[in-house]
Amino acid sequence: MISANFSAIFYLVSGILFILALRGLSSPETSRQGNYFGITGMAIAVLVTFLSIGNFSSLFLYVIFLVLIGGSLGAYIAFKIPMTAMPELVAGFHSLVGLAAVFVAISAFLNPEAFSLGVPSNIKLASLIEMSIGAAVGAITFSGSIIAFLKLRGIMSGSPITFSGQHILNLALGISIIVLIYFLCVSQSDSIFWTLILLSFLIGVLLIIPIGGADMPVVISMLNSYSGWAAAGIGFTLENSALIITGALVGSSGAILSYIMCKSMNRSFFSVILGGFGGDTSDVKVAGKEEKKPVKSGNAEDAAFLMKNASSVIIVPGYGMAVAQAQHALREMVDKLKKNDIKVSYAIHPVAGRMPGHMNVLLAEANVPYDEVFELEDINNDFANSDVAFVIGANDVTNPVAKTDPKSPIFGMPVLDVEKCKSVLFVKRSLSPGYAGVDNELFYKDNTLMLFADAKKMTEDIVKHLDQ
Amino acid sequence: MEIDPFIFRLSIFILSIFVGYYVVWSVTPSLHTPLMSVTNAISSVIIVGAIIAALSGTGDSIFSTSRVFGFAAIMLAAINIFGGFLVTQRMLQMYKKKDKKKKK
Repeated sequence: MISANFSAIFYLVSGILFILALRGLSSPETSRQGNYFGITGMAIAVLVTFLSIGNFSSLFLYVIFLVLIGGSLGAYIAFKIPMTAMPELVAGFHSLVGLAAVFVAISAFLNPEAFSLGVPSNIKLASLIEMSIGAAVGAITFSGSIIAFLKLRGIMSGSPITFSGQHILNLALGISIIVLIYFLCVSQSDSIFWTLILLSFLIGVLLIIPIGGADMPVVISMLNSYSGWAAAGIGFTLENSALIITGALVGSSGAILSYIMCKSMNRSFFSVILGGFGGDTSDVKVAGKEEKKPVKSGNAEDAAFLMKNASSVIIVPGYGMAVAQAQHALREMVDKLKKNDIKVSYAIHPVAGRMPGHMNVLLAEANVPYDEVFELEDINNDFANSDVAFVIGANDVTNPVAKTDPKSPIFGMPVLDVEKCKSVLFVKRSLSPGYAGVDNELFYKDNTLMLFADAKKMTEDIVKHLDQ
Repeated sequence: MEIDPFIFRLSIFILSIFVGYYVVWSVTPSLHTPLMSVTNAISSVIIVGAIIAALSGTGDSIFSTSRVFGFAAIMLAAINIFGGFLVTQRMLQMYKKKDKKKKK
């Protein structure tokens, strides 16, 4: 219907709209507008595709029907999902992009004429390489994301699953994928193509199972990146600039996020990928070693008293807050404090939670204004001038050992200088160490008061006592 | 000698990686979760390929294998497009400044 050149220009426009969508996220003010740019870009890309094919037979009706079913399913999920479940939602969505990439690649392989890539068993060499890379990366994204989803959802244990020879097996599989792509190009055989996809599914599973729950921020970002590269691979096959641009954007976005997450944990990308570090349940071995050190513990009344008499309070939330769903209670507590003219701010460590920005979303859900929420480097100097630090569900990210003990596994990781506050309130269920298996020195400091309870229950109790 | 069109596509690809690099670094860390959900939504532009797989080519038989894969991919991508953009929108709606009422 419309010429290829004409549609190429429109694909470029939608690529640019996607860039603007990401650009909008540089500030919460412009972000909503950015999202509309993204939606417009998508609408243009889809419309142009329909027009350029120009097939409005009964098949077209089936397509519209499927878009409506998929769309309503997606919309239903988007409205129903609780904000605490965002990490697994994102992992689940990544798996869909991966699988869609695999399906498109299969379709292009079986019916190359439709994509004008040649005829079956005689597909253009470049297209064949591009589609097999797209299919392999897509398959890895799919199965990897499924594992990440199961781990985040708690269906599968968050503890790393390791066995001997794991890395060698992964390496062997990786090499055989490359070898298979080579033979696929030579023989154009169906069976090699299917083997390639199966092996890629397998390697996706094997890559993610050894990675522990607390490393999930890196895994999700990495899978985000993979889904982009898969889209780009398919984009090359289809010679479609919208897909190439988007794939590159998403790929680099995920890569940057993984980099930020690794840096915030002071771990190299490779050590995360090789896995075997930390699970959801802390190691009993390490906990048993500790000598009995005195710990001060208090109750909600003490905490309420301390905070009432403070002039500034910094809240440090962590994954425990998400698990306990304590964000609304927390907000209520902060409202009470603000009524007493106490200055309250929130300090967020980049790896707090299970995905980048996890804490920010939860606080936003509880109606916490975003200009009270600060990142590590913006607030770290304020702890020294504050009266109370209220640590709720965070642990390793506050451990001063990271600054003092070169032998500690978390040494060098940027941490929040919570111990510099006049007093620290630490809400935690027990003294057990965090995912890194390191005892937190903060527990034994003179100015720390441990509040042993569920984060939500404790916060609600404090709210009651603040009223008195 | 003529330049292979592949090189042009590769140029677009590499330049887009650079654009992505600079744009994503300017994203504020508090919006990293919406960033992931929106990148997820836009990567579903792969639906373009799925539509071609489903509609292009000869014959109106619905049940050719390649068409069926196309249809399946359309549905997966549609879940992602609607789900991704709407959940992003829902999250972004929550990012508000201080309420004016609360200010004294």
